[in-house]
Amino acid sequence: MGAAYLANEYIPIIIFIVIALVMGVAPLALTYLLAEQKPDAEKLSAYECGFEAFEDARMQFDVRFYLLAILFVVFDLESAFLFPWAIVLNKIGFFGFVEMMLFLVILLVGYIYAWKKGALQWE
Amino acid sequence: MTGLEMAATAGIWTLEILAIAVTVALSVAYITYAERRVIGWIQVRKGCNRVGPAGLLQPLADGLKLVLKETIIPTTANKFLFIAAPIMSLTPALVAFAVVPFGETSLFGIWDGPHVMAIANLNVGLLYIMAISSLSIYGILMAGWSSNSKYPFIGAIRSTCQMISYEISMGFGLVTVMMLAGSLNLADIVHAQAGGIQHWYMIPLFPMLLVYFISGCAETARTPFDLVETEELVSGYYTEYSGMWFATFSLAEYGAMILISLMTSILFLGGWYAPIPALDFIPGTFWLLGKTAFLIFVFIWFRATFPRYRYDQMMRLGWKVFLPWALAWIAVVGIFIYTPGLDSIINFWMPWR
Repeated sequence: MGAAYLANEYIPIIIFIVIALVMGVAPLALTYLLAEQKPDAEKLSAYECGFEAFEDARMQFDVRFYLLAILFVVFDLESAFLFPWAIVLNKIGFFGFVEMMLFLVILLVGYIYAWKKGALQWE
Repeated sequence: MTGLEMAATAGIWTLEILAIAVTVALSVAYITYAERRVIGWIQVRKGCNRVGPAGLLQPLADGLKLVLKETIIPTTANKFLFIAAPIMSLTPALVAFAVVPFGETSLFGIWDGPHVMAIANLNVGLLYIMAISSLSIYGILMAGWSSNSKYPFIGAIRSTCQMISYEISMGFGLVTVMMLAGSLNLADIVHAQAGGIQHWYMIPLFPMLLVYFISGCAETARTPFDLVETEELVSGYYTEYSGMWFATFSLAEYGAMILISLMTSILFLGGWYAPIPALDFIPGTFWLLGKTAFLIFVFIWFRATFPRYRYDQMMRLGWKVFLPWALAWIAVVGIFIYTPGLDSIINFWMPWR
């Protein structure tokens, strides 16, 4: 597992990223060049069911989306812990299993708290 | 290695990559056709059958029409992000296919052993898929924010919220697969399921198969989770996009749908193995693509059958049903592995242990 492995497995991915970028840009450029462009002020205004835009679109949004994003960070980190643990579970044995279950229980307390507080509740 | 050899290797890689990326793009075109035909069939009507024999040229006609449409970039939009957003959502959707193993081949005996048919047979393949496919959220956020219009903005926020909610249960579901396979390498995970349908992970991990596949529906915003493009939001985060720019987002969505189907086949349905070992004379790639095609059909079937969820119902399903369910299943699998007596049951699916 050295430089040769990295080169063999990751250089194709870098080539793939370049090709995917080209495949993303090419149709956009093609349609811009091929299609007739006749812009006017009405056509280029933001869509709001035919009305003039009432106000700027960068408005306030519900705080619950933000709350959910915070919960996401907690649980996603949790799964980032679980990934390596699941791989080596066979080597770390029963002790490793109990350790992670304790960790999960602590997390579960937080999860129940969030549930009871209504952070997961949408009406 | 000389310069010439390196150039030859890079050339072969490029051809392999094109063979996958172009195929994905073309299959997206024909999945839209299949979708219209299948839904038509389910709703007892014809579906598209005018362009070419049985309507087979319809996707090409659609593509041609989209290319000839005007590009509209709203004056109030943030130009740079608005242009970058479709590219940012398509690129990860394609790049994720780099680690998918499409089967094993010894190239008609030219190589001495079977080689895994993947662009990059990474030892962290599953992690790579998780990481790359969550990048597409950035494209959605960029599109919604840069449009500077209300519908895309609200659509992008809802979309992001939906995707991150279901990503958690998806990740936990995958942890159980890793516990059984003991590896993140996708080829290893398939190898651990060798030997017929009773060895596939869909048997010990059936609840996680449901969690993974339904979360996949939510991740790709397919019916019944297509709240991001409900009528009230016009068309969700890509309302302001036109023509080919709009189609690029659809391409990314359908690409993600193919990826979810492929991953479900690889992780739970035995990958390239036949349900009965006696049928293994049919090349594995056919089995894998057949399973994938079936799952794509299931996606379309869902769309024709189920009504749309309400936002609160969708959030409840993700956070209050799937999440505890997946966590409980991790504990159950762990208990099975470490309880004397029960471990002999679970060892049936852990042949490497």
